[in-house]
Amino acid sequence: MTYLARRLLRSVLLLAGVSALCFLFTEMAPGSFFDEMRENPQISPDTITRLRAQYGLDQPLAIRYTRWMKSALHADLGYSIAYNTPVAPLLWSRAKNTLLLTITALLFTWIISVPLGLFAAARRGGMLDRAITLLSSLLIAVPEIVIALALLAIVVRWHLAPVGGMVSRSFEELSNWKKLGDVAAHLKLPLLILVLCESAIIVRHIRASGLEVLRAPYIQSARGLGISHARLLFRHVLPAAANPAISLFGFSLAGLVSGSLLVEVICGWPGLGPLILDATLSRDLFVVMGGVMFSALFMVGGNLVADILLMMCDPRIRAGALRAQ
Amino acid sequence: MPNRNASAARTRTVILIVLLAALHLVILCAGFVAPYDPAAQNRDLPYAPPTRLHCWDASGFHLRPFVYAWTPTDDGYREDQTRAYPVHAFVRGDSYSFLGLADTNLHLFGVDDPGKLLLFGTDAFGRDEFSRVLLGGQISVAAGIVATAVTLLVGTLVGVIAGYYGGWIDEMLMGTTELFLVLPWLYFLLGVRAFLPLHVSPARTFLLLTCVIGLIGWARPARLVRGVVLSARTRNYVLAARGFGGSDFYLLRRHILPEAFGIVLTQAAFLVPRYIAAEVALSFFGLGVSEPVPSWGNMLSALQQYSVLISYGWLLAPAAALFVTSVMYYLLADALHSRLESR
Repeated sequence: MTYLARRLLRSVLLLAGVSALCFLFTEMAPGSFFDEMRENPQISPDTITRLRAQYGLDQPLAIRYTRWMKSALHADLGYSIAYNTPVAPLLWSRAKNTLLLTITALLFTWIISVPLGLFAAARRGGMLDRAITLLSSLLIAVPEIVIALALLAIVVRWHLAPVGGMVSRSFEELSNWKKLGDVAAHLKLPLLILVLCESAIIVRHIRASGLEVLRAPYIQSARGLGISHARLLFRHVLPAAANPAISLFGFSLAGLVSGSLLVEVICGWPGLGPLILDATLSRDLFVVMGGVMFSALFMVGGNLVADILLMMCDPRIRAGALRAQ
Repeated sequence: MPNRNASAARTRTVILIVLLAALHLVILCAGFVAPYDPAAQNRDLPYAPPTRLHCWDASGFHLRPFVYAWTPTDDGYREDQTRAYPVHAFVRGDSYSFLGLADTNLHLFGVDDPGKLLLFGTDAFGRDEFSRVLLGGQISVAAGIVATAVTLLVGTLVGVIAGYYGGWIDEMLMGTTELFLVLPWLYFLLGVRAFLPLHVSPARTFLLLTCVIGLIGWARPARLVRGVVLSARTRNYVLAARGFGGSDFYLLRRHILPEAFGIVLTQAAFLVPRYIAAEVALSFFGLGVSEPVPSWGNMLSALQQYSVLISYGWLLAPAAALFVTSVMYYLLADALHSRLESR
């Protein structure tokens, strides 16, 4: 229990650290929102001073930070200038779309990657193994933006799936089942890109840790006892190879909000990514800040979940014999 | 057998390094290799497809390749075969500054006016895509390398201090790395960018972006270097050198840093393409280096319109350049990594 409490405390500290870092970076950055106003001759210096006071920007950094922190603890992330609404509900309405995309991607990724990685490890050097290794190397080497643009070009060129947005224009007139199908059709492309990029990494790690376990003497002896191949893989190798996979799963959870920004923007998926990008371009600062904190919350939470899962699965960690990496 | 494998691997690595050096040399001398000025517009040739190189015509085979000019038609372009423009080496053209040292107008290859040699076609303003890919590469690749240098400088420094001195310094520094590891970096980058004035000079944007990109990623190399330093610190020869009165600085420079060199090099090969991609992503979003200065990212942002993407496929050229660069760096990182493992 002390282990859990320690991890929890650490997560809270990390979140506080991320927010402090955000403030610090923005403070160090030269220039500010009002610099552009200052160049406008129609706005008097007095107005700018008043505006700065109104937004509390004339206060020292520490005071601004504590103020923001206090309201953030009450789930109040400030007010969006561009959308004219409070930030928190706005973020949540878009985050739902992001989570729909990323959670689906997470499920597909893991359902595909774990068996593929294990089979590749079991038949090391075989056709499947070589194909998987080559493909995953390629997918890891090539930046996501190139993969996304290439797949987008293919899909748009041959009309394989609708792109842009989440639903068709005629969405409201469709029956409930058709609505579901419509969303699924729009989901296809961003989902494919995310699953390809993610599973390349996971397959590799599963394969590597599977290989390590397969070399262990107890697997040899289990094989000698005549345990079937499939049972050996899923009953004996998988649990032993699970620790790195669980840490990875934590990373997958951590990236649920922040991992899909690029894909969302390229495919026009109306998630958190395009919102934050627009907010950056229109300098809607509280939205950006809220977005960063929201994704940081998932990052920290994902790592915490991984720690808890590791503790539940591995008695060595419970006993404190191993330090979780 | 292992010997032969090792030497084959070494040959592969050397070939890779030579290829990468060639790539960087071409990008460094982009002004010379590119036939045109990257900002020069041909308003009568928007979205012209890549010029075809010919070696055969009615009179037979020519050793020197030649091109025809594009004439606009109702639905695109047609080759005007009345006049052939042979490709010459070392031609005079738009003037540029060679490596920032001297102004010149000598180009590696080109054709006589009014012919145009558009190897990768043109964009919406009729600017030569090939020249822009090369010049844009200067920005994108430089961003990758500078940001990597920043990351590795900070990472190595922190890693060495944490590993060598240990104790509460180590605890504190490693706690900080944990903070940077959980940072959602792309979101964070957008956040930092949001607070910068939107319109700053390209040079300043470039410097700021590379520094921020570089400063976010130092945590992983710091941890790796710390691990190496931690084990190197207790080696017998280090202890012996200390016994002979070697100072901390001497021990670090002479015995410990060389141990970490391999890991730092591998990290460099791994980080450069990632940081190039980061710059490309930001400029793609319209937050990085802005027009008219070309960068692979802001060139690709034209493709955000789906109609452009399907009709003018040659505008994917910067993505292809990024692809080639990334794959080569990946192979190098892989080769360096397995060299490190086998030791």
